[in-house]
Amino acid sequence: MKEVAVIGAGITKFGERWHSSLRELCTEAGTAALDDANISGSEIDALFVGSMSAGRFIGQEHVGALVADYVGLGGDLHTPATRIEAACASGGLAFRQAVATVASGMSDVVIAAGVEKMTDVGDATDVLAGAADREWESFAGATFPGLYAMIACDYMHKYGLTREELAQVAVKNHYHGARNPYAHFQNEITLSTVMNSTLVASPLRLFDCSPVSDGAAAVVVCSMERAKEFTDTPIKVLASAQAGDTIALHDRPDFSTMGATVAAGNKAFLQAKLERKDIDFVEVHDCFTIAELCAIEDLGFVKKGTAGKFTADGETMIGGKLPVNTSGGLKACGHPVGATGIKQVWEVVQQLRGEAGRRQVDGAETGMTQNVGGTGATVVTHIFGRA
Amino acid sequence: MVGIITYGAYIPRFRITVEEIARVWGANAAEISGGLGVLEKAVPDYDENTATFAVEAARAALRRREVNREEIKAVYVGSESHPYAVKPTAVTVGEAICATPSMTAADYEFACKAGTAAIQTSMGLVASGMMKYAVAIGADTAQGAPGDALEYTAAAGGAAYVIGCDDPIAEINDTCSFTTDTPDFWRREGEDYPKHGGRFSGEPGYFKHVETAARMMLEKRGTRPSDYTYAVFHQPNAKFPQKAAKALGFTQEQIKTGLLVPRLGNTYSGAVPLGLAAVLDVAKPGDRIFVTSYGSGAGSDSFDITVTDAILDKIDRSRAPSVEQMLAKKKYLDYAVYARHKGKIKV
Amino acid sequence: MTVARFWRKIPQRYNLIGTKCEVCGRTFFPGRAICPHCRRDGKMTEIQFSGKGKVLTYSVIYSSADQYAAMKPYVLAIVELEEGARLTTHLVCEPDEVYIGMPVHSVFRILDKEGDDGVIHYGTKFVPDG
Repeated sequence: MKEVAVIGAGITKFGERWHSSLRELCTEAGTAALDDANISGSEIDALFVGSMSAGRFIGQEHVGALVADYVGLGGDLHTPATRIEAACASGGLAFRQAVATVASGMSDVVIAAGVEKMTDVGDATDVLAGAADREWESFAGATFPGLYAMIACDYMHKYGLTREELAQVAVKNHYHGARNPYAHFQNEITLSTVMNSTLVASPLRLFDCSPVSDGAAAVVVCSMERAKEFTDTPIKVLASAQAGDTIALHDRPDFSTMGATVAAGNKAFLQAKLERKDIDFVEVHDCFTIAELCAIEDLGFVKKGTAGKFTADGETMIGGKLPVNTSGGLKACGHPVGATGIKQVWEVVQQLRGEAGRRQVDGAETGMTQNVGGTGATVVTHIFGRA
Repeated sequence: MVGIITYGAYIPRFRITVEEIARVWGANAAEISGGLGVLEKAVPDYDENTATFAVEAARAALRRREVNREEIKAVYVGSESHPYAVKPTAVTVGEAICATPSMTAADYEFACKAGTAAIQTSMGLVASGMMKYAVAIGADTAQGAPGDALEYTAAAGGAAYVIGCDDPIAEINDTCSFTTDTPDFWRREGEDYPKHGGRFSGEPGYFKHVETAARMMLEKRGTRPSDYTYAVFHQPNAKFPQKAAKALGFTQEQIKTGLLVPRLGNTYSGAVPLGLAAVLDVAKPGDRIFVTSYGSGAGSDSFDITVTDAILDKIDRSRAPSVEQMLAKKKYLDYAVYARHKGKIKV
Repeated sequence: MTVARFWRKIPQRYNLIGTKCEVCGRTFFPGRAICPHCRRDGKMTEIQFSGKGKVLTYSVIYSSADQYAAMKPYVLAIVELEEGARLTTHLVCEPDEVYIGMPVHSVFRILDKEGDDGVIHYGTKFVPDG
């Protein structure tokens, strides 16, 4: 297999983008990525677009072709475009497909994009519930916050996690988000903001939950051998892994352990031939505060049951032992579902190039991403290094 | 002989007091409560209706005494609040008690006596040898327009009876009916709430039919009121059945066990079936039960029932909650939450 | 949920019918054609669960999808049936009643309604014992 690099990355401002449509968001992010890679559209061999539910959010399927058309790859160039869907892991999986296509030698230069236009629908809760088992979870009244709340309930019962420790995840991510000009929320919050926010699904409150956001992100993936044609700072893909699990949370042996994260994490570290201590920072899937705690445990960075204290001690902040979600995470940067996995890669590129500004992790050389679909039925992990 | 093989009841756990309803409408609670003899009424949960009551009651009956589900060949549900205008409640019950598909089913409506009409139909089917078991249910999520007199009593609940001939816990010695066309209470197609003839529903309606059917039964059987241990009459309020009982010669002692309306409200088609269930909860072999229902429109069904030894050894009454236990397990609602429960607030 | 989609699982939804793998003994609700542990070496047979179980974890839902809005707040729980299978269910009780390990049993309830003129979906929910 060929070595693969990321040679360009672009993103839109995440948030309530009332003036922008899905195709406009994609065009904005795609153009930024191509500009960043200093590459012409005619050199793009293929496009993968991660989108969870354009069909239900805006009633639009066939978004691969739509996006390719409006970024200028469709009409004249006839560039192949494929939409990838794995719920909230759609973006991470679109990136993995791009990596696989380049690694196999089938294509040289591929765009991986992710997008979601979520604010054009009334009942986003019901659309998102489609990431769970529609017939046997959602139909029983399960919402996405409800499912993660049941993980939190189980976790708190087993490990004595405090409400304050859980809230600290959101406080930290808002602190990071305040340093990311593309973040949905760029305001710092206090513990009491989280603790006094309205209950969504006990024990989770509004500030434990990632918001409904619009946004897009795109990265240009290229074979390492050609990367130097376009950039002096290619970011090397050291590992790309994916793992699955039962679609329904209730069928998992331990609700507080995401088995697919454990599996995809182990696979990634094996591929990269790296230890946990070699990772300088990580972008994980904090759709809810509890998910970030489970993620850093299940990836093997800290022992099960200790992530709350690790977080409360400030170790996951920039400057801590393991900065987590320097972008602001899903909580503060926003969670336009299909875009999130690509945004994670975008953030890693910023950090490894040393271009992350006020949220820069000093001396960052190796970063990791973890993107989750549903309650953990799909997990995609990637490890990146400076070339 | 044809009789009751097993029985089950269901009463939802929520209550609202007459006083609370009166508060909202600026009415005199003491006067209403005193006039009706009703203190509170049962209210369904958000996710309950006549079909769920019917299923729970039928399942309770089958927990008390297992019968081969394949030998249940008919399910009849009597109600004036069937969830659908077209689509039977009885098939939902049949499916939920695993009696489908080799069975017949139909919904009955005869105001408050549709449950006893279902029992009569079932008696005919099993006594004729057409089938071994038939299930007869009376259940309602009774409707009464907000602010109307009916709102103080319109309650929720139901009871189910498995009717058959092998080892009944109570033999149904006889039944007879008295029926006329008397428009004392009705609900037109497409209307949410029933209308009634006010005081007209008393003498020409309830009393004429209940007392005539009861006298026909006593005459037919050659019995006197004193021959019965218990008597159950339809109970739209507490006054009517007490007055009818007195006129017929039954005592307070005979009717008190089956007189649930003060604490339950009027469960319409569920009323007499629930009253009879309360009696069966405590009945002993040899007890004789006199039952007369009433359905506006109008008609009354009378029954002469004798409890058998089988009530001691063929059925385990403790395997399902008694009517008394269900009446005791209650949570009071204020009118606002009650309105939510009844779907009067659109969400 | 469309009429056919609901209808085809009525026996399962009304009467808690699932499957049991005769090889490994594991039970599943909803039923599966293939045992996820024994795969094609497994042998699945139909089983009707007793309806008795206990709460493994729960949440009180304050913000729901539109069709459940009338029920808010309601308790959502994962229940482990005594035969071993687990399921997600609406738990019919007050928010302050529920706890991990709470013994529960099945009841027959309305799951949801397709508006004012559509089909009513019935099925199994759970309530605390006693």
